[in-house]
Amino acid sequence: MYRSHVLVCGGTGCTSSGSKEILAALQNEIENVGLKDEVCVVQTGCHGLCALGPIMLIYPEGTFYSMVKLEDVPEIVSEHLLKGRIVKRLLYTETVSEDGVKSLEETDFYKKQHRIALRNCGVINPEKIDEYIGTRGYEALGKVLTEMTPDQVIQTLLDSGLRGRGGGGFPTGLKWKLAKQNDADQKYVCCNADEGDPGAFMDRSVLEGDPHVVLEAMAIAGYAIGANQGYIYVRAEYPIAVERLQIAIEQAREYNLLGKNIFGTGFDFDIGLRLGAGAFVCGEETALMTSIEGNRGEPRPRPPFPAQKGLFQKPTILNNVETYANIPQIILNGPEWFASMGTEKSKGTKVFALGGKIKNTGLVEIPMGTTLREVIEEIGGGIPNGKKFKAAQTGGPSGGCIPAEHFDIPIDYDNLISIGSMMGSGGLIVMDEDNCMVDIAKFFLQFTVDESCGKCTPCRIGTKRLYELLDKITKGQGTLEDLDKMEELCYYIKNNSLCGLGQTAPNPVLSTLRYFRDEYIAHVVDKKCPAGVCKALLSYTIDADKCKGCTLCARNCPAGAIEGVVREPHVIHQDKCVKCGACMEKCKFGAISKK
Amino acid sequence: MKSLEELKAIREKMQAQISLRNEESATTRVVVGMATCGIASGARPVLTTLSDAVQKKGLSNIMVTQTGCIGLCQFEPIVEVIEAGKEKVTYVKMNPEKALEVVERHLIRGQVITEYTIQNYIK
Repeated sequence: MYRSHVLVCGGTGCTSSGSKEILAALQNEIENVGLKDEVCVVQTGCHGLCALGPIMLIYPEGTFYSMVKLEDVPEIVSEHLLKGRIVKRLLYTETVSEDGVKSLEETDFYKKQHRIALRNCGVINPEKIDEYIGTRGYEALGKVLTEMTPDQVIQTLLDSGLRGRGGGGFPTGLKWKLAKQNDADQKYVCCNADEGDPGAFMDRSVLEGDPHVVLEAMAIAGYAIGANQGYIYVRAEYPIAVERLQIAIEQAREYNLLGKNIFGTGFDFDIGLRLGAGAFVCGEETALMTSIEGNRGEPRPRPPFPAQKGLFQKPTILNNVETYANIPQIILNGPEWFASMGTEKSKGTKVFALGGKIKNTGLVEIPMGTTLREVIEEIGGGIPNGKKFKAAQTGGPSGGCIPAEHFDIPIDYDNLISIGSMMGSGGLIVMDEDNCMVDIAKFFLQFTVDESCGKCTPCRIGTKRLYELLDKITKGQGTLEDLDKMEELCYYIKNNSLCGLGQTAPNPVLSTLRYFRDEYIAHVVDKKCPAGVCKALLSYTIDADKCKGCTLCARNCPAGAIEGVVREPHVIHQDKCVKCGACMEKCKFGAISKK
Repeated sequence: MKSLEELKAIREKMQAQISLRNEESATTRVVVGMATCGIASGARPVLTTLSDAVQKKGLSNIMVTQTGCIGLCQFEPIVEVIEAGKEKVTYVKMNPEKALEVVERHLIRGQVITEYTIQNYIK
């Protein structure tokens, strides 16, 4: 028995800031001072507060150290672990209050969160099946196999109101019911872990922090629909997730929680891993299955839907990682428990990856119906540098922007759609006054142009033409007719594309046109970029009154566009200027401005 | 793994350990003085004994933790039992055997062992 547990985050964020080295040094140091049998060191998954990594939590005190460096390890061991004195300078500042140390649950970042899908992330060692079992892991599978019929399992999910967390929000229970109804000699259960939206990383964190929950839920799904084989399609760009999944599958097989005759009930189920090669379209369900089959990842027309003819033409269900992560908890705690959280039509919680212009970048899980204001201002800590909030982008390249006027809208599937965005997989990118909305739309369109698989014309050519129009506008060559043309093209692409990628690709354009049309008009009519982002519309000028003629700008200009003699005001030649902004950055007198 | 019983056995074994990572459930704190004075007079085995016993007996509402010097070095090892709504109990000159007694009598049955408390030493 250990008297203290030291949890070191091993998620991708903290690993990239050096948590592996810290873990090794910590183990070494603990052994050196002879605490090996008293203190156990655990590598966990993501805690969510990625901005402050590497993160270390010490129990039983619940001390939360942030931004730990390798040099801090000896001090932590000798002071905290050996002598029981908390190293105050390393504490997460939010946990420090006047009358001592606050618990993590009381901090702004965690207070409003409710962790279901992420409940084990940052708590257990994802590479040890015993720790997962210690948190009631595989108990839901046991309950399902011994006490419930497949129909009861499906009814439980229907009653819970769980909807697909991959973005579309299709009721999970209904999906399973349809697949169960179709008789076949073979059925499949698939897991979509091909998280590709820029800025989204919640699935990765679940796979890295709690891989067994996905395996358990897939086995439950197998029992419910009558399948004995599952596949997890995971991006090869997630090496830590892939490795932990492999370890988890092996351990589950060893314990016979995967394999033949699970719990002696005669139920067989096994899971295989398939790595995606990085195409965004493979996150679309039919393209994903085509890719698992060994073919080029391209979507196919629906119907037939996967529940009828999916993988290898057999009835198949495909759910997202986060959807699965909710299921064992629903089975154990009952559908009423789950349905008691959230809004009328969106139950439970949703994980969001906070990114962009926000203080606490990281991962948060909140009940559906939490307002955007709470997420950004309270949990996220607000916008840094005193800037003003402009919009939040949800749903990645399939979603849209939510402007400040909808700051108080409760976040759920239907509300987001009604304001022209979508839940998507849960990326939430915050933008401030320095972001140009036309440029943002262009960024996402560039992404879809690159990622369009090329199978259908509306998407392949339509997104390209749309991108060209946006490019024209950001260069100050657009006309007001172009805006109408763009809108028409958007609806054409939406209505005629084969798969979700094309059908949602115009959303960033449509939503920015809807809420930030004035910015488009500024680009087109005034030939100005209000946020000062679009280079072609910018000009840097030197204020002759403020310029002291120090020559610093001229010496730093990479294009040789600045002319002037010492102690005389300098001038920028607009025809040579490449608008890099180096002069403005260097000027000590604030004499250079951009417009 | 053949049966649910085996799963349950693993769960119970692990639950005792993992419950250490849950702050919320703790209603009673047992604090061991672990400064130089405490360690020198044998606080370490007291701490590990307490921690082991609490986990083995599944007392998930009790958190065993350490602290620095309380300023009564001549009475180390010192163990404080802090329960919500009750007066703090300070046991002094502890050893592993006495610590086990504290677990059995005080933490489980709720009887303060007055002969080990500081009041018994400073009269």
